[in-house]
Amino acid sequence: MKILVCISSVPDTTSKINFTADKSAFDKNGIQWVINPLDEFALTKAIKLQESQGATVTVINVGDAVTEPVIRKALAIGANDAVRVNLDPKDSFSTAKEIAAVVQNGGYDLILCGKESIDYNGGSVPGMVAQLLNQPFVNASVGLDVNGSKATAVREIEGGKETISVKLPAVIAGQKGLVDEKDLIIPNMRGIMSARTKPLQVVEPASSEVKVQGVSYDSVPPRAAVKMVSPDNLDELVRLLHEEAKVI
Amino acid sequence: MAVFVYAENINGVYKKAAFEAVSFAKAVADQAGDTVTAVSVNPTDSSDLLYKYGASNIINIKDEGLKNFSAKAYAQAVSEVANGNIIVFPHTTDASSIAPMLAVMNGYSLITNVLEAPESLSPFQVKRKAFSGKGFMHAKAEGTGVIVTVSQNAFGVKENAVSGSEEVKNLSVANEDTKVISHEQSSGKLDLKEAEIVVSAGRGLKGPENWGMIEDLANVLGAATACSKPVSDIGWRPHTEHVGQTGKAIAPNLYIAVGISGAIQHLAGVNSSKTIVVINSDPEAPFFKSADYGVVGDSFQIIPALTEKIKALKG
Repeated sequence: MKILVCISSVPDTTSKINFTADKSAFDKNGIQWVINPLDEFALTKAIKLQESQGATVTVINVGDAVTEPVIRKALAIGANDAVRVNLDPKDSFSTAKEIAAVVQNGGYDLILCGKESIDYNGGSVPGMVAQLLNQPFVNASVGLDVNGSKATAVREIEGGKETISVKLPAVIAGQKGLVDEKDLIIPNMRGIMSARTKPLQVVEPASSEVKVQGVSYDSVPPRAAVKMVSPDNLDELVRLLHEEAKVI
Repeated sequence: MAVFVYAENINGVYKKAAFEAVSFAKAVADQAGDTVTAVSVNPTDSSDLLYKYGASNIINIKDEGLKNFSAKAYAQAVSEVANGNIIVFPHTTDASSIAPMLAVMNGYSLITNVLEAPESLSPFQVKRKAFSGKGFMHAKAEGTGVIVTVSQNAFGVKENAVSGSEEVKNLSVANEDTKVISHEQSSGKLDLKEAEIVVSAGRGLKGPENWGMIEDLANVLGAATACSKPVSDIGWRPHTEHVGQTGKAIAPNLYIAVGISGAIQHLAGVNSSKTIVVINSDPEAPFFKSADYGVVGDSFQIIPALTEKIKALKG
């Protein structure tokens, strides 16, 4: 079985988000880059399938050369090889098109992704890839088993969960729960050393069509100063919530 | 400029997010000088509920094959009836699974997590949430067809009654790639993303056995319960309750955080809340800087007392 895991390189979760002075772009100065945490759940799941079923795991990233340390980390976690599409992605559609083009040449049985990236939060790439490939799509997956040409996925629904049988090849977008947080793989020295020699293929983009442009960006306005209430005067807190904030 | 909206239902009953999406679609239609057509799959609710928020045409898709959800089959069904320039979806799990597939199917632009009515229609430009709530993006669609998903609890539900008519479309969409084996829905539990009030707790509660008082406060307020990441990682609470950057992003009217210090990743998921109350024994907890109201003290005394006082207020 061949698995493709789509990974995005995103600002570390502790990053403060700033924009350039003209507000036209995200300010990348001083940012540490990590594998998108939701993609990491997908990657770990793929490595588990590699161990249990002898699957091969390829990671794909659409990004410029700056993303290579993040790809090497995915290789250190255990992926067999990697593909980087040499394009600074502009929107979900252009990213999805590049991934679909690589899949069409690669014959993958399963495509795993995080359900969204924590930077632009589009949540669109997995569904777009599925449609471009005419494959079934399960989103917000919190469980996955593979048995031959079929997968059983558990997806989160509002107020519950649903277990679905899916014909492969398919696109599954995962989130926390696909594997437990404690099962996420931290690369060891052997993994880091072997990642240096694993194949990382760079391919040029197949298309340059963009459907959505980021015109400008704003930071979140600061809140007014906090009003502190004494723990001995909770009547005041109730009054403030009822009369001032009008939320209860 | 015909405006369509996907009115999501669960087991036939419209979601609050559907009314919010219809309200948003009505605002777009008013800007465009056109009307709203709502599309729903196998609803059992009355169409009056959608007229109330401004949809004047309703297309009810009837299809036994769509009894179970499949993103691909639902996208196919919606594409057969929604032939507008603008199609609005709520940003729920199901709708945000359909929207990307439909966007590719129709060759439309897709802008997700939208917060406000469009800044302009031609070109279509709108404000959306980005960086997990740590920033905003003004996004412009290329081309003429646009699909948007509206972030839950952002635009709000706005009554705007119109008279309307309903049409039933019998479809028979192929749905062979996926098959639902089982479906578990916990009854009576408030949907965290739709909740107007959320009571959330962190490691400051010391153990899962202490969540009873959080649930009591939530019950009195008609609120949903949530938790911080460490709490779901240790297994005190299910990961479905984890709010934050890698959990759920929420935007209730009132967010009460108990025993949560307020790491930047937690704030990212909750700072769209309209009012934030922080209760923590540590006066240095960073969360106080992002709160509207704060109480420094022992949660084990404050929460039961607060619950009683709110109970008294509600009579």
